[in-house]
Amino acid sequence: MNHSSFPWLELLVLVPLVGAIISAGATGLSALVRERVGQAAALITLGLSIAVIIGFAAHDGGYQFVHHTSWISSMGISWFLGVDGISLFLVGLTALIVPIVLYGAMPAERRLAFTAWVLLLEAASIGAFISLDLLLFFLFFELTLLPSYFLIVGWGGKERSRAAVKFFLYTFFGSAFLLVAIVSLAVLHEHQTGVLTFAFPELLKTHLSSTTELLLFLGFLSAFAVKSPLFPFHTWSPATYREAPTGASILLAAILAKLGTYGFLRFCITPFPHATHTMTPIMLTIAVIGILYGAGVAAVQRDLKQLVAYSSLSQVGFIALGAFALSTQGLSGAVLLMFNHGIITAALFLLIGMIAARRGSWDITQLRGLQGPAPIMAAAFTLVMLASIGLPGLSGFVSEFLVLLGTFATHPWWAAVASLGVVLAALYLLWAYQRVFHGKAEGANAQIVDLSMRERLVLVPLIALIVVLGIFPNLLLDRINPSVQKIVDHSAQVVSSSGAQR
Amino acid sequence: MNQLVTPSSSTGLLHAPSVSYLSLWPMAVMFLGALLLLAIAALVRGPVRRQFATAGTVVVGLGSLIASFVQWHQVSTKGAWSTLTGSITTDGFAVMVNIIVSASMIIAALIADGYLAREKIEGAEFHVLALCSATGAMVMGSANDLIVVFLGLEILSIALYVLAAFNPRRAASGEAAMKYFILGGFASAIFVYGIAMTYGATGTTNISQIASYLAKVSLLHNGLVLAALAMLIVGFAFKVAAVPFHLWTPDVYQGAPTPVTGFMAAVAKVGAFAAMLRVLLSAFGSTADSWRPIIYVLAIASLIVGSVGMVVQRDVKRMLAYSSISHAGYILLGVQAATARGVSASLFYLAAYAFLALGSFGVITVLAGGPDADHDLGRFRGLLSRQPLLAVAFVILLLAQAGTPFTTGFLAKLGVITAAVSAASTPLALVAMLCAVIGGFAYLRVAITATAPEGTDLSLLGVDISMTPGSQVKVPVTSAVAIGLCVLVTVLFGLWPAPLTQLAHQASLLFIA
Repeated sequence: MNHSSFPWLELLVLVPLVGAIISAGATGLSALVRERVGQAAALITLGLSIAVIIGFAAHDGGYQFVHHTSWISSMGISWFLGVDGISLFLVGLTALIVPIVLYGAMPAERRLAFTAWVLLLEAASIGAFISLDLLLFFLFFELTLLPSYFLIVGWGGKERSRAAVKFFLYTFFGSAFLLVAIVSLAVLHEHQTGVLTFAFPELLKTHLSSTTELLLFLGFLSAFAVKSPLFPFHTWSPATYREAPTGASILLAAILAKLGTYGFLRFCITPFPHATHTMTPIMLTIAVIGILYGAGVAAVQRDLKQLVAYSSLSQVGFIALGAFALSTQGLSGAVLLMFNHGIITAALFLLIGMIAARRGSWDITQLRGLQGPAPIMAAAFTLVMLASIGLPGLSGFVSEFLVLLGTFATHPWWAAVASLGVVLAALYLLWAYQRVFHGKAEGANAQIVDLSMRERLVLVPLIALIVVLGIFPNLLLDRINPSVQKIVDHSAQVVSSSGAQR
Repeated sequence: MNQLVTPSSSTGLLHAPSVSYLSLWPMAVMFLGALLLLAIAALVRGPVRRQFATAGTVVVGLGSLIASFVQWHQVSTKGAWSTLTGSITTDGFAVMVNIIVSASMIIAALIADGYLAREKIEGAEFHVLALCSATGAMVMGSANDLIVVFLGLEILSIALYVLAAFNPRRAASGEAAMKYFILGGFASAIFVYGIAMTYGATGTTNISQIASYLAKVSLLHNGLVLAALAMLIVGFAFKVAAVPFHLWTPDVYQGAPTPVTGFMAAVAKVGAFAAMLRVLLSAFGSTADSWRPIIYVLAIASLIVGSVGMVVQRDVKRMLAYSSISHAGYILLGVQAATARGVSASLFYLAAYAFLALGSFGVITVLAGGPDADHDLGRFRGLLSRQPLLAVAFVILLLAQAGTPFTTGFLAKLGVITAAVSAASTPLALVAMLCAVIGGFAYLRVAITATAPEGTDLSLLGVDISMTPGSQVKVPVTSAVAIGLCVLVTVLFGLWPAPLTQLAHQASLLFIA
């Protein structure tokens, strides 16, 4: 573990939090100033996260920038932060997506409240990614619920309140199991060592019987499977993505979904290697079903937003596939895919949000021939779409390829079936593109305005990353691989040593 | 036999037991304050001015709070002691109860002031009765003798019966009081019968002596002890509003004047749970295996009925009544654990809940505006745009009750769940968390109704949108201060709970030792 004297990670949580408080509550300032303060907080957080990424020592698989102070000592909860190769880029992703939402998907009314909720969501998500204390993680994990809920209810579509409640109930149900599992793990650790602590590295040393381990694994899994969402726990997500405002959809798909998949890696596979080993066939099957089901349903959607939502479900399936394949390539691919999927989905949601803002509809059948009046929009959409399909040279390719390669090494049959998902993705995205952008634009479709300068600027960083990471994926992989290797080694060692004992 | 008064056989004179006055200070301050207010009210011509009575009550509450802190200092430096021939104990547990009750009294008085002004009720009656009731709760926290527990219980309850019927202009209020009185009297009777049986089985009513008797003597037939235990538990379960002894709660909470409801939720629960913890863990600690399953069932029933009841209710005041039932279920988790950790978790929960309940009912008191009967969910629509500060406070209090991170509500739930899991009651913990989800929906529905922008499809959530939204009301300064204090405690101790958790932790250690 690599400690740091300067509180970089604390600032990553505090800056957006302060931004949220000022933009929501500083009634003494004018609305414009408060909005600017909120945006500035998001940009400062982005700067801080870049500084952390630059300062992060590559080829070191341990936790870095670690800060550990006791907080509620009688309950064993500590303020324990740190990043490793798995969480590093998820923090960066969060810090990047939030300013893009604030600049690119700001609703027309009640902008200050929107800014505040988005920033609170940022603080909570980053906090969850960098917490090394299980209970602190849970606190932040739960805290993300609140801003998401209020964003959906405040700025969503017609059936927003029902969608928001569905979202809340599903995720909270998962969390109920998570909390009991966390507490059980800590109590078991206390029975063995006499110390009540929620510090994750300590809890890893707990001895577990195979039944207990499996139960705890399932307890942790339930929360993350709902949050990501993994088939068949996804039923809240289509309605929620549809009813949520564009900004919230982006945050849900790009960041909150990653909290779930990050949970698989950090809190399911790492602490419970035996249970993971036992459950691997089931998890891989679920992942493959998710991939195919998501792609299949996406293909028949008439609603563009639903299409992206289901494609997102399919991509989460790929992430889970890579994670539970338990090979270095598969896990690295999964981590990289989390980042890439965040970028690509954000870009897709932004683009279709821009289309909907112009035409007032997400319905594919009402859109036609947009290429003519809006060539730049069409070009941007093409590029993002191709990245999502996994065209070589763009970022999506590397991660998807690594996932399939890693899965093939350990579980070839599942990989073979999953690769059908890639074909389906090409099918539904190209088909949608064809229907929306090709043909002859008539009526309202012909009147459509191309992207404004502001919209272009918002898309530039996302598209730049898609291109650059397609060519230089090692920028990320050098930092991801050592941490992933640690998980794989630990898991293989534990499983083989217990096998030898038997 | 109870040795409070022992005739000396040789002289025929009565020996007065030795008294440590410090043990009695907090309750004495409360009770003398009540008597003083009563005397002043009797002496001056016409009714005492409301402001004077409120100020007096706040001062008395502060005095009691200070006395409690002096006790705390003594207990933490010199250890616990008992007095009045062992019928009153001053330990960390008792002191913490005193602190919670005194603080609740201050806040309740501030909230009631605005209500009394609005209902044009002059005089000091409310304050006198509330002070008496608070004294009862404190007696229950310090009692180390079943008879004294009963005394405290009756002081607490009788004052509350009257308080529930306090507003003469409300018929519902009288009905609520009648219901509370009859059922409460019944529960008290059962409780006394339990005391009698305990005496029959063990030969004493002193809690420490019962404990040492039960620990030393192994009874061949423990039927009498079990029957006594059952009756005592029924009495307590009634007072803490645990299912199936909760039937009075929704009606009484809804019918009583709202400030009284808040006071009842906070103070009566603290007193009853304090006595319950002490009687079950201290007196019957060695027979824990016989009562833990009962509490287990009571907890599950309270959790489920409470949280499902909350979802069904459209009246916010009634919903909060069911919420108080579900909170009783959570606290029972800590009782059921029968460990020091369980006691400390229950105490923390009680402290957190007292402020949450007082604050929430405080907001409802303020909002009720004209007729204090209409608390339909639909009337809370658009609260955020009408009264932003009040709405934000209300939302924070509701979310804290739901167990949102970084509030005392979350830590309280975490504490009892940890206690349950470490006492090998993981299924109970899981039920509690699942009920938290159901309850969370109910709290969130109110929060969303209050904050959603115009045109949100609230009818999908079961909100009656044909109700006209409430109108702008003026928030009295005293109520604003009280609600602000509750929010402050909730958030501050949610972020920095060390003082409160330490207090609860030490209280439980001193208690078990």
